Amino acid sequence: MGVLFYLIAALTLAGGLAVLLLKNTVHCALAVTVAFAGLALFFLQLDAQFAGFAQILVYIGAVAILVVFAILVTRGSTTPVGQVFSESWLVGVAIAAGVFALFGWAVLESGRALPHESAAPAVTVRDIGNALVGRYVLPLEIVALLLTAATIGAVIVAMHEKEGSK
Amino acid sequence: MNGIASPLAAYLMVAALLFAIGLAGALTRRNAILVLIGIELMLNAANLNFIAFWRYGPHPEALTGMMFAIFSIAVAAAEAAVGLGLIISIYRHTQTTDLDQIKGMKG
Repeated sequence: MGVLFYLIAALTLAGGLAVLLLKNTVHCALAVTVAFAGLALFFLQLDAQFAGFAQILVYIGAVAILVVFAILVTRGSTTPVGQVFSESWLVGVAIAAGVFALFGWAVLESGRALPHESAAPAVTVRDIGNALVGRYVLPLEIVALLLTAATIGAVIVAMHEKEGSK
Repeated sequence: MNGIASPLAAYLMVAALLFAIGLAGALTRRNAILVLIGIELMLNAANLNFIAFWRYGPHPEALTGMMFAIFSIAVAAAEAAVGLGLIISIYRHTQTTDLDQIKGMKG
């Protein structure tokens, strides 16, 4: 638990806060990319190399690009002139603060019961591959089906409707 | 370390803070795309919890938390694709992504 942890935590949380507070939607998309990168660094620091690189590939490589495309298609790239927060923003912030207070209280209360520093687990990508096609083969197939269905569904939903087709 | 004894607790606190930021973003922003980004941040905070519990848990060789995080990343990617497709479709009908202006459900 060294300086590196605090640096990555500051990077990630700064990205998240920027998403929450910035006015321009494109800036928000860039800030969320920073937060995703910080989380990938967290995964790498937690000796979960596979999850870290999957995070970089899926979130920074795909989700961030998809978000930027959606912003451009919906012409949200210009800074909005009006209010960017909803009218009931105070309630939303209060709920979020309450949830954080609850989580923080739970973590601090269980602080002594949590395990201490342990040796890095010796897990290789070969182990993960074996687990994916062995014990977790059914979830893997379900996720494959889900991704196919989601891709087809997203294309159909976003496809341009012809006049009078409704 | 100001009250936090275990490294796991530090990761859990960061994840809780990130979850709260994502929740606040999802509840307060007007733009539908930014609401979706807030939900993604919340999912990512949950993933960080999975990986942290896997790393400091008693049986990391069982790979349970790691697998859950990997499947969660895949499901989140599907969710983002469908969610953004829906937002684009709604935008085509209403010419806006402002959630306070989208009031009807009639297409």
